[in-house]
Amino acid sequence: MATPTEAEVTPATRELVLDLHRRMVRIRRFEESSGKLVETGEMPGFLHLYVGQEAVASGVMSVLTDADQITSTHRGHGHAIAKGAEFRPMFAELYAKTTGYCKGRGGSMHIVDMNRGMLGANAIVGGGIPIAIGAGFASQYRGDGTVAVSFFGDGATNIGAFHESVNMAAVWDLPVIFVIENNGYAEFTSQERHMKLTDIAERASSYGIPGVIVDGMDALAVRQVALEAVDRAKRGEGPTLIEAKTYRFFDHQGIKGMRIPYRDPAEVEAWKSRDAIRLIEAIGVERGLASAEEFERIWAEVEDEINDGIEFARNSPDPDPADILDDVYTV
Amino acid sequence: MTTREMTYVKAFNEGMHQAMAEDPDVFLIGEDVAGYGGVFHMFDGLLDAYGDKRVKDTPIAEQAIIGLGVGAAARGLRPVCDLMFMDFVGVAMDQIFNQAAKMKYMFGGAVSVPLTITTAGGAGMSAAAQHSQSLEAWLAHVPGLKVALPATPYDAKGLIVGAIRDDNPTIVVLQKKMLGVKGPVPEEIYAVPFGEATISREGTDATIIAIARMLPEALKAAEKLAADGISVEVIDPRTVQPLDTETIVTSVRKTNRALIVHEAVQFGGIGAEIAAQIQEEAFDYLDAPVARLAAPFAPVPYAPVLENAYVPDAARIEQSVRRMLERN
Repeated sequence: MATPTEAEVTPATRELVLDLHRRMVRIRRFEESSGKLVETGEMPGFLHLYVGQEAVASGVMSVLTDADQITSTHRGHGHAIAKGAEFRPMFAELYAKTTGYCKGRGGSMHIVDMNRGMLGANAIVGGGIPIAIGAGFASQYRGDGTVAVSFFGDGATNIGAFHESVNMAAVWDLPVIFVIENNGYAEFTSQERHMKLTDIAERASSYGIPGVIVDGMDALAVRQVALEAVDRAKRGEGPTLIEAKTYRFFDHQGIKGMRIPYRDPAEVEAWKSRDAIRLIEAIGVERGLASAEEFERIWAEVEDEINDGIEFARNSPDPDPADILDDVYTV
Repeated sequence: MTTREMTYVKAFNEGMHQAMAEDPDVFLIGEDVAGYGGVFHMFDGLLDAYGDKRVKDTPIAEQAIIGLGVGAAARGLRPVCDLMFMDFVGVAMDQIFNQAAKMKYMFGGAVSVPLTITTAGGAGMSAAAQHSQSLEAWLAHVPGLKVALPATPYDAKGLIVGAIRDDNPTIVVLQKKMLGVKGPVPEEIYAVPFGEATISREGTDATIIAIARMLPEALKAAEKLAADGISVEVIDPRTVQPLDTETIVTSVRKTNRALIVHEAVQFGGIGAEIAAQIQEEAFDYLDAPVARLAAPFAPVPYAPVLENAYVPDAARIEQSVRRMLERN
């Protein structure tokens, strides 16, 4: 995938619409399938599902190459998948098998894929932000023309690491893009209860960098602001703070209903009516870029990939307790 | 090999210079490490020698300093991130123990983090409770980290070189009170291996395991005891993670008595771990309970009279050895 060198309002081509659609459907179906497998007890652990936010990861990742680096969050499957991660080692990791991305050592919250510039999901809220500026520092140090993108939620912008990292990246003009996925809730606490601001992008002004707000349900719009931020970073002009307004359709954790009534059902339904995948399908059909049948084919192909991934994971070997000390240190 | 006398801080500084000359992937960041050369002059001359791309002053932002190092290390660079005072480790702790230490393991071996953290520990300067701590037991408790405490100029140079060449996250804790101490240091670059203790003085009647600045105090005590015909072996572990248990246990099997001395508080200190390992590996050889001499369970006080009472010294080490020998 070639990265454009100049920002321009990208026309929604057939290839682009189908590419973004496939990234989002892969995330959606992986998450729904995983949620069910944990609910039935077939997979251990617990899951923070990305369903609803697919346009953010997909739009941003569509302008990156494998050489560009990202850091992710506890809700990280979507970032890995949008960056190109394969279902077999992803399911295998969730099934805690040796064939998983982390050999069964990490699980849902630690998916990593170094070959694709996925520097790892992170179970500490905001923990990946400082690491991303280090990846961006390495880009600048080597002058290799790559960028680093850090994804995190509205809640993470309240921790000190966010402030320290954005400030340092700004002072040093590091090629880093900070992407706030504002889904309105820090776990179960709503935004108006955890900050005074409505638009978190305003925080950019206190670091002297651009802050951009984008509709996080519109993958094409997200792609456009990401493109501009990446170009700016590559020109040596430093970081951009992007706030994507989005929503998670499931609970903080798992696929069951809300354990406490912290969200208004009408609010949930309003956001679901703006489903990012249905939106891009509508754009594709309305503009004559792709047919409904073509979108259906993508859903079907992804379904086959899901089944293959689950089958692979089920048939993979468990880790051996004799190896429990492997990889604590590099020897 | 040309060896000359130089101070602990100069030896460390020479190790930094040579490690940066050896590998262009090594860079240094921290608060006032470039223009000022570090508040203890540990980094003097590095900015002039290697330029502002490789030697950078940061904002006061410990989480970002260490996190930047973690991300850069994961991409194959070899960052040296300075935390000035060991007490500031607490400010950066998430990046140290949740990120740097665990990435290799929780990512199934996919990533190495060749990060070096430098800092200065220890009391004795009336710097009070937030600028004087010895927190090596905290760090040694976390799988994935390596912790070095150089107690001689030779090791100050060799351990920083060893840390930078190491493919794991390492913390090198300089001793503030030892910066001006002189000793022999070879001119050329060399690395002291992690996990290899030094027998600093040989003896037959008791073993003192001395951590960091307690080494010169233990050697002074050993000299006094020798005048009374008491032969003490003094061991400097040099790194507490990994810990060279074998050298310690071999010594205790020979001398049958062990005293562990450190200036960190006694409760849950590294001495507790060393004592436990000695009892597991050398119980039948012991003629006395394994003894510990360490700081009382209090923050480091400011008043010199209190601070002197807080940190163990040669006189109290001598007393502890004599008490141990009285018991048969």
